[in-house]
Amino acid sequence: MVSIDASELSTRELNIKLNGLIEDNQNVEIINPRARHNIIVGILQKCKITIEGSLGYYCASLLDGPTVFIKGNSGWALGENLMNGVIKLSKDAGASVGASMRGGEIFVGRNAGARAGISMKGGTLIIKGNSGFLTGFMMQKGTIIVCGDVGDAVGDSMYEGTIYVGGKITSLGNDAKIVNPTQTELSVIDKKLKKNNVSNTYKFKKIISGKKLYHFDKLERLEKSAI
Amino acid sequence: MVRKTSQIFSPWVIQDIHAKSDLGRYRIRGFSSFQKVTHFDDLTFLSTGLTRFPLEGYKEQCNTQTVIGALNAKNPLILDTPIYITGMSYGALSANAKTALGKAASLVGTASCTGDGGMLPSERKASDKLIYQVLPSRYGFNPHHLKQAQAIEIVVGQGAKPGTGGMLMGIKVLDNISEMRDLPKGIDQRSPARHPDWLGPDDLAMKIEQLREATNWTVPIHVKLGACRVSDDVKLAAKAGADAVVVDSMLAGTGASSEILLDHSGIPTVPAIVLAREALREIGLNGKVDLIASGGIRSGADVAKALALGADAVAIGLSALIALNCNREIPGSNFMEEIGVPAGECSHCHTGKCPVGIATQDKKLTKRLDPDEGAERVANFLNAMTMEMSLLTRSLGKGDVHSLEPEDLAALTIEASAMAQVPLVGTNTIFGQSS
Repeated sequence: MVSIDASELSTRELNIKLNGLIEDNQNVEIINPRARHNIIVGILQKCKITIEGSLGYYCASLLDGPTVFIKGNSGWALGENLMNGVIKLSKDAGASVGASMRGGEIFVGRNAGARAGISMKGGTLIIKGNSGFLTGFMMQKGTIIVCGDVGDAVGDSMYEGTIYVGGKITSLGNDAKIVNPTQTELSVIDKKLKKNNVSNTYKFKKIISGKKLYHFDKLERLEKSAI
Repeated sequence: MVRKTSQIFSPWVIQDIHAKSDLGRYRIRGFSSFQKVTHFDDLTFLSTGLTRFPLEGYKEQCNTQTVIGALNAKNPLILDTPIYITGMSYGALSANAKTALGKAASLVGTASCTGDGGMLPSERKASDKLIYQVLPSRYGFNPHHLKQAQAIEIVVGQGAKPGTGGMLMGIKVLDNISEMRDLPKGIDQRSPARHPDWLGPDDLAMKIEQLREATNWTVPIHVKLGACRVSDDVKLAAKAGADAVVVDSMLAGTGASSEILLDHSGIPTVPAIVLAREALREIGLNGKVDLIASGGIRSGADVAKALALGADAVAIGLSALIALNCNREIPGSNFMEEIGVPAGECSHCHTGKCPVGIATQDKKLTKRLDPDEGAERVANFLNAMTMEMSLLTRSLGKGDVHSLEPEDLAALTIEASAMAQVPLVGTNTIFGQSS
């Protein structure tokens, strides 16, 4: 593994150095990231990156393939638009973790801020602790597992996808509803948690779309004839 | 004499109230605003006489090359004409229409733009220069596609429906569209209004840096705004680091919008350009951050007037679709039978039953649009507009369309004088100037 000390590098210099090492198929460790924004972005190949410290906004975003371990906290939009790969965060995530992700897996070791999994289109987002308001807002596909509590308006306006909550649900969002998870689903959750070294002591509730917002209630004459 | 019908409760208003009392919701349609507002027709060029001499109108060289995004991008967008095709989604439009627009843009050395729904492979292949949109919905957003783009456009809003997201009725959310957008088949899609990962201008600055890092600082980044609070919005976008700001006016087109937003929000193109240019001046970014105007651009005269008022380039949507045969009877079409109105009065893009194969996903209808033939028509139109603009420029004694300036214009109405900040014809008065 090659180590990069980020303390004396600009964001641009750091990303150039990181991309160069990844192209050479090296595993990379970044030390002293100093919670900077926009590092580890747009990497589209398999590789292993470890960060010793906390990150700012949009880190480990627009990725397809990497496995990223972060030993610290992250700012907004960690793992935004992840196509494939794994991101493991040991501590807390800011708002919009996993925003619009389309595949892969993101694991948050403690709590997540507001709008976790917003506009999610695939993949799995696991939050070991609590998650803020509007978790899964306008979610389209994929799975969110929150072991702890969720804030207000969970699953608001979600199209498809599933949110599992192990703790308290403060309130459901517009057109979200609670149903009972199946045994098969619970065992899938169990496996995913075990893989992330989380002992499953939770009674998960399942939240899905009520599908009442799928269509306009009425159509005009012309629209009716068209449909 | 007093008219025998009400000016306030006109036949159209009565019909509208009836429709809404039947429906119980807002009405939806495509096309663009039906409001009568001040537009480029209210301005006229003051061509040469004895005070200046003209260039040979039909022959002499006139530069139309346009460079966008040179502020930060290693590879700015270099266009042969200051007109490009604006973002319109695959979904709102057919694959044949998107491909035709990309081909047309390539034929004349300009760019086309993706839209809300991701990048269509045939559009990418057809487009030498493709602008990749980053929209609140992020439907089909893919970093692999991002890296293939010649420019990136972050969409904050659009002129036809500022302050809200896109709309695509279920009839158009078919197999390929629902797959690309990760949406259930057949739903009435109403896209988000806010981006999932940023909210205010401080976040936008970081988002712009993210996209630059992901694309190695190679391509320009535009920020597109629905023209409403233009002065403040343009300043915030420019200060956030945009290479170019797009102001999309209330006259911009759409495939589907609530009618109330189409007709009752935003400001016209003329004042939008003037306010945007002044905003860039005020923050010292005039000539550094490029200004692109869109909304209601129909001819080379409109383009020339937009440039004279301060735009560096314009983007066209609806007029490009009209060049593709929108609202025209073609072999096989029958507007009255198929859509219920005659060609020339159709604004029913949202129904998915476009008789000319543009705004539809119906396999039978899309066959009515041949992408090669369509591309040629749109390329002809783009060439015609460029020639018109050059002709006007030469008549003003100038050899570069980017040398056009407000001094070349006069206003035909008091309102146009106030909005364009040019004198009313026959006077030296610019209305609306503060003392």
